[in-house]
Amino acid sequence: MSLRLEPSPQQIKEEKIYHDMGMTDEEFAMAENILGRLPNYTETGVFSVMWSEHCSYKHSKVLLRKFPSKGEKVLQGPGEGAGIIDIGDRQAVAFKAESHNHPSAVEPYQGAATGVGGILRDVFSMGAKPIALLNSLRFGELQSARGRYLFEEVVAGIAGYGNCVGVPTIGGEIQFDPCYEENPLMNAMCVGLINHEDIQKGVAEGTGNTVMYVGASTGRDGIHGATFASEELGEDSEEKRPSVQVGDPFMEKLLMEACQDLVQLESLVGIQDMGAAGLASSSSEMASKAGFGIEMDLDKVPQRESGMTPYEMMLSESQERMLLVVKQGHEQEVRDICDHWGLYAAEVGHVMEEQNLRLLFEGEVAADIPADALAEEAPVYHPESTEHRVFTENQKLPASSLPIADMKQTLLDLLRQPTIASKEWVYDQYDYMVQTNTAVQPGSDAAVLRVRGTNKALAMTTDCNSRYIYLDPETGGKIAVAEAARNIVCSGGTPLGLTDCLNYGSPEKPEIYWQLEKSTDGMSEACSVLDTPVIGGNVSLYNETQHGAVYPTPVVGMVGLIEDLDHITTQSFKQAGDIIYVIGEAAPEFGGSEVQKMVEGGISGRVPELDLDVEKERQQSLLEAIRSGFVHSAHDLAEGGLAAALAESVIDSGGLGAGVTLAGDTTAALFAETQSRFLVSVSPEHTEPFENTAADAVRIGKVTNEPTLEVHQSSGDKVLQADVEEMENAWKGAIPCLVKSKD
Amino acid sequence: MFKVHVYVTLKEGVLDPQGSAVTDSLHAMNYTEVNSVRIGKYLELEVENTDNLEKRIEEMCEKLLSNPVIEDYTYTIGEAVSS
Amino acid sequence: MKFAVIVFPGSNCDDDMYYAIEETLGEEVEKVWYTETDISDYDAVLLPGGFSYGDYLRSGAIARFAPVMESVIDQAQRGKPVLGICNGFQVLLEARLLPGAMQFNKNLKFICRPTPLTVANADTMFTTEYEQGSTVTIPVAHGEGNYYCDDDTLEVLKQNDRIVFTYQDDINGSAAGIAGITNEKGNILGMMPHPERAVSDLLGSTDGRRLFQSMLKNWRETHVASS
Repeated sequence: MSLRLEPSPQQIKEEKIYHDMGMTDEEFAMAENILGRLPNYTETGVFSVMWSEHCSYKHSKVLLRKFPSKGEKVLQGPGEGAGIIDIGDRQAVAFKAESHNHPSAVEPYQGAATGVGGILRDVFSMGAKPIALLNSLRFGELQSARGRYLFEEVVAGIAGYGNCVGVPTIGGEIQFDPCYEENPLMNAMCVGLINHEDIQKGVAEGTGNTVMYVGASTGRDGIHGATFASEELGEDSEEKRPSVQVGDPFMEKLLMEACQDLVQLESLVGIQDMGAAGLASSSSEMASKAGFGIEMDLDKVPQRESGMTPYEMMLSESQERMLLVVKQGHEQEVRDICDHWGLYAAEVGHVMEEQNLRLLFEGEVAADIPADALAEEAPVYHPESTEHRVFTENQKLPASSLPIADMKQTLLDLLRQPTIASKEWVYDQYDYMVQTNTAVQPGSDAAVLRVRGTNKALAMTTDCNSRYIYLDPETGGKIAVAEAARNIVCSGGTPLGLTDCLNYGSPEKPEIYWQLEKSTDGMSEACSVLDTPVIGGNVSLYNETQHGAVYPTPVVGMVGLIEDLDHITTQSFKQAGDIIYVIGEAAPEFGGSEVQKMVEGGISGRVPELDLDVEKERQQSLLEAIRSGFVHSAHDLAEGGLAAALAESVIDSGGLGAGVTLAGDTTAALFAETQSRFLVSVSPEHTEPFENTAADAVRIGKVTNEPTLEVHQSSGDKVLQADVEEMENAWKGAIPCLVKSKD
Repeated sequence: MFKVHVYVTLKEGVLDPQGSAVTDSLHAMNYTEVNSVRIGKYLELEVENTDNLEKRIEEMCEKLLSNPVIEDYTYTIGEAVSS
Repeated sequence: MKFAVIVFPGSNCDDDMYYAIEETLGEEVEKVWYTETDISDYDAVLLPGGFSYGDYLRSGAIARFAPVMESVIDQAQRGKPVLGICNGFQVLLEARLLPGAMQFNKNLKFICRPTPLTVANADTMFTTEYEQGSTVTIPVAHGEGNYYCDDDTLEVLKQNDRIVFTYQDDINGSAAGIAGITNEKGNILGMMPHPERAVSDLLGSTDGRRLFQSMLKNWRETHVASS
């Protein structure tokens, strides 16, 4: 009935109605060609979302193929809800990261909450039990009321959803920079634990098998969310609010529990989350992957609102829904499990031989499209690429020598920079302890969870310093991967692999595409050298406003395996008398550094160099030293250099201090962000074997009983003395202070 | 069928942290004429016409919809609606 | 001793509670689904944390009417030990097994952190293994842990030593810093902090163990005495 109100196929073509759905003339012609007729309104809608960047990766596919994604331990690479890596004992870890940037920019609480919900479903639809959530966030510098609102609401949304579902939010990172003022980034990562035999795939195979719908009913929320995520944010983005979905974490919790029971069913053929592009993507992808088709009767889809059209049902992004395929005749088994959890399960269709997605509505065929055309045959673009002028110009600049006179003041000011400052205000709102496995809480280099019933643990982190990537995408891309691996190594783990979230501006701009190209080149190289396959990820393009694109931000989410609980290591100093070492020598590299931005008011020049072979060698030797029991604390040197790392290592040490003596140029030694460096403390009886293991380690001082940090030059002159209390006040007070400030 | 409008408010004297936050915020926005804000809940029920309609609604309010330890409630029975 | 961990839809600390009993005491423990109607077979009832029914309407308000609650109330009235933690405490308040109500934390945010508490009464069946007045560090994780009761009730709680744990810092605005209280008979304890999260050195604290050990010890004593 309501179909009659929709434009006719002829009108869609003549009035170019497909433009409103984000389809180009060429794409529409392709769709027409595939069908051999004009697509109707529902079909046009389904094509447009499935061929959106968000679902099809049409601008990034070519680059993503470069990532090394194979490895001895990789059980599932990219292409499913989440990638899976073996951790021994017939157990594996499933993880994935995904962006929810556009929804979070428009309605930050729900945008962030549903971002968490979506990534959880990606992981538990694989059959895994979610054991951890992480996130990677980008905001402006909290100078405006709007900026603070976005920050507070995104954090509240993550907390509101994650705390309720009972999966600990154990870590993440937040960077603040003016380029994110109007286009914040919200990337969420979920890690799950799975037994090898429980691994599920999103496939719809076996003619006659039943397609079932489980979870929340379908409403009109989020229609065209995937397309919305594939456009630049404009003045009218606020008006697109109907595109933003509302999350129900209670429903998610029930769905999660039900799925853990459902995956035990012999009769379960396939299962997939209805994420971006909802029913359209889950059904066509499941059919396409299996080489079958699906016929679905839309009148049987549970609906929250009356009078919904096929177009609306297929494109709805209502949350907390799953699509299942179960062997014919076994539907009751699914219903029984769903009943137990108070969920509704509906039979909505069946698998068919003919490889089409066919939709029935009110007795008529509402759409009939080859499934592969939707899921596999989206156009692939090779956009034009031009070296970004930011790179060209900055490569020519001479190295900056920063005029720093007062080392102590500079350190205290650095500790107050929101990117460096303690994120306690944030993680205090996250339940990071539920499930009682959190061995290293948020605030150290990586969070660590024990694997119950074993002597193993998992380390996990998210990382990306987008300033480096902005100045030099290739080197910056390498650094992003290397730094994530450093975090894992410092906690005592072997990096297993990574998931990424590639957040960029419009790929249709040659300079932006060049950033995407170069940074993924750098990441790929680092992944190969460091042996960290990319097992999944997500691309978020068009992160632009009228003021320009965000910095290219390829967030790396990495998981590592700690083979023995005794190897778990944190960044804080442990006992007075321990010897402090720095692995790796500082060079006067300030391009893109936190101290440069603070002192000069912006970033420029060449970023720190990274030699991946040196990186690998140092990571391996540090890990060996940790496993040999020589190391009491380990911390990677990142934003703010050695000075910030020293401060962080004393602040949470429970009343200890440190005295160190630094050779060479003091400014570089303290604040440069030279790569592949670590701050390590070692008990005096282990110094000799430690030095034999970590060849690049230089002894710089001692952990003391006095709660103060003292830094001397090799001449003996004292260059810095700061009480732990004043450093702690600066570091922990900065974000609460910024949040409270009024315009 | 009737539409029933239930308003649940905090009892007088019970601290309302949400209300205080909103009051502060309004003051910061220069709406200084606002002396206080109390935040409550509004529930909309569609109820079949039964005997003792009012008594049953009061029961619902006392048992579930409000917490008498800290909350008060009022309700109005609106116009009849067709189902 | 046989423990029941009651599981409502949305409970999320049920497994943690289960493991805490198993690992700390090695006693029998079972998860009991909210649809059960008879739990008289168990020696103690544990109401875990989480977001029962999404904490929609008010935290604990809907769970209070779950089928299992009739039996929980019955067992409580018969004097069996009943321990409600976090959301479990909220359910006990809604069920009027304990006086008062919970409001949003005064900073309006969820708070998750290890928290120093004072053992204000070490003479209950849940706390005899603690020393009176000692400090224990037990994590909190709640958005609505701001305990409220009227002045008369507070006076009664104080007079009868029914305040069992207090916060050393005012983290959420609770009246008199209340973190945990018992009923008049002393067999029902509700507390916001999570002792089941403080039973392992690896995870940062073992201060919660003595609570479960107290329950076992006191149960054994009464059962040895009566048999």
